[in-house]
Amino acid sequence: MTSLPTPSAKKLGLVIDLDTCVGCHACAVNCKQWNSGGVAAPMTDIAPYGADPSGVWFNRIHAFEVGEGDSGRTVHFPRSCLHCDTPACVTVCPTGASYKRAEDGIVLVDESKCIGCKLCSWACPYGAREYDITEGVMKKCTLCVDRIYNENLPEAERVPACVSTCPASARHFGDLGDPDSTVSQLVADRGGYALMPEQGYAPVNRYLPPRPKTSCGSSAQAMPSALAPTAPDSAGKFLQWIDRLLS
Amino acid sequence: MHPAFSVIFFTVSSGAGYGLLGLMAAYGLAQRLPLDPWFGWIGFILAFGLISVGLLSSLAHLGHPERFLRAFSQWRSSWLSREAVLSTGTYIPAGIFALYWLFLAIPARDATLWPLLPALLSALAAAGCIATVTCTAMIYGSLKPIAQWRSRWVIPNYLGHSLFTGALLLHALSTIFAPGTDATAALVVVGLVVSLAVKLAYWRAIDRMVSPSTPGTATGLGRFGEVRLLESPNTSENYLQQEMGYRIARKHARKLRAFVMIFAYGLPFLLTLVSLVTMLGVYGGIAAILAALSGLSGMLVERWLFFAQAKHTVMLYYGAKTA
Repeated sequence: MTSLPTPSAKKLGLVIDLDTCVGCHACAVNCKQWNSGGVAAPMTDIAPYGADPSGVWFNRIHAFEVGEGDSGRTVHFPRSCLHCDTPACVTVCPTGASYKRAEDGIVLVDESKCIGCKLCSWACPYGAREYDITEGVMKKCTLCVDRIYNENLPEAERVPACVSTCPASARHFGDLGDPDSTVSQLVADRGGYALMPEQGYAPVNRYLPPRPKTSCGSSAQAMPSALAPTAPDSAGKFLQWIDRLLS
Repeated sequence: MHPAFSVIFFTVSSGAGYGLLGLMAAYGLAQRLPLDPWFGWIGFILAFGLISVGLLSSLAHLGHPERFLRAFSQWRSSWLSREAVLSTGTYIPAGIFALYWLFLAIPARDATLWPLLPALLSALAAAGCIATVTCTAMIYGSLKPIAQWRSRWVIPNYLGHSLFTGALLLHALSTIFAPGTDATAALVVVGLVVSLAVKLAYWRAIDRMVSPSTPGTATGLGRFGEVRLLESPNTSENYLQQEMGYRIARKHARKLRAFVMIFAYGLPFLLTLVSLVTMLGVYGGIAAILAALSGLSGMLVERWLFFAQAKHTVMLYYGAKTA
């Protein structure tokens, strides 16, 4: 059924820390690796070594420049399905292929029912759904539903592939419906926010904003004291001259 | 939004088909449908043909057209599913009415044969046509990420264009096969005025439209200043950019709008006036056919623009400044 279930108390999702994300794309690569053999496989690539490669990715890493001059910054921005509470991608589906799980809120596609009309990708403001031209069906992030409940994996690995691989620990997975969960606490502490709330999709995933920049004052005052001449008088004239020259 | 040709062709073709079928049903209900066999046969074949070709063409853009039956299942939530149900459902009363008309009323030369059943069938058929076109409009009108399609003018546009192109076809048929049919030229003019008015209102609305979503709200980083794309995630265009980031017709919007004004409205108006000059004889019929062809070609460009001028919020992640 593409009608939405009664909102579940459990809302599994991701919290992405834009302060620590270094934009290395490891999450996107591990997502591709896991899901190439997972429930949504294959993640088709077209001409991967050609001049114009394209293919399906559930997770894409953008980089933005924000602000100007000294207050400007570069922010790496991973973008994937937000597993919305009111996902129009589900309700527009004419076939029942798209659905939101009642038990944990994960939004999935049953590829065996999908007719490939692409309407769900039009209905998603976030670009979370990508059409697989070779399979003729729509694909999207599964929140690694085939990992997080997988009892064949060691318990520590029962998190989405993107979370398990992030070298900067910028990605966190948990139940955002439980205010006492680690992820909910993180969101509360850091002022985590939802993307495009004005679209009315009530996303579950949260983004943690970059921390305030530490000011080092104007550039003239910014000279660290460590760069003052350090050679002791006993060092001799030549070394003292070199030391002053380099300071 | 990428204007898939199959979808453009589908909405224009089936829109005109439902316009013609709805008008023939309405004329039948008012007992003003001409009893001419040529008019009846060609009219119904044209109407059902345009609808069916349109529906089949809409299957062409599916990844798995063989699974199309599934699209009838989710009418509780999906406008696309509702369109599928209503479009096929309309065949039933409209088809039985057409059979009644072609095999009973016309041979008996009596439009009042069994008055109640055909009246009920034609009323259902006309209502089905209006409901189906409304569903088509709502497929677009319900998509929140595309501000231009959320315009309240989208439903009046689809209904108005359907009425207008249907009236052009009805007028061409009556000019050739059944001169003297009530008010078909007047209907063309009414349809033209309605269609043109709602089209201009739509263009005016989308030209002034400001989407609440910006690169700042899309990333949530607007509080730190202006948000500019530094690096795209991918080196070549991906599905999202190809599907949602189409820009070719947007660049030429002004010229294409002028094309629509001339071919969808200007020429059909003049040609319809020419078709009314009775002493032209057969040339009047040709003028009415040319009016319909010109109107339909103008509508193809109109529909192309409807897609190309629609902007999706996902492009905010790929360097668009506005949605």
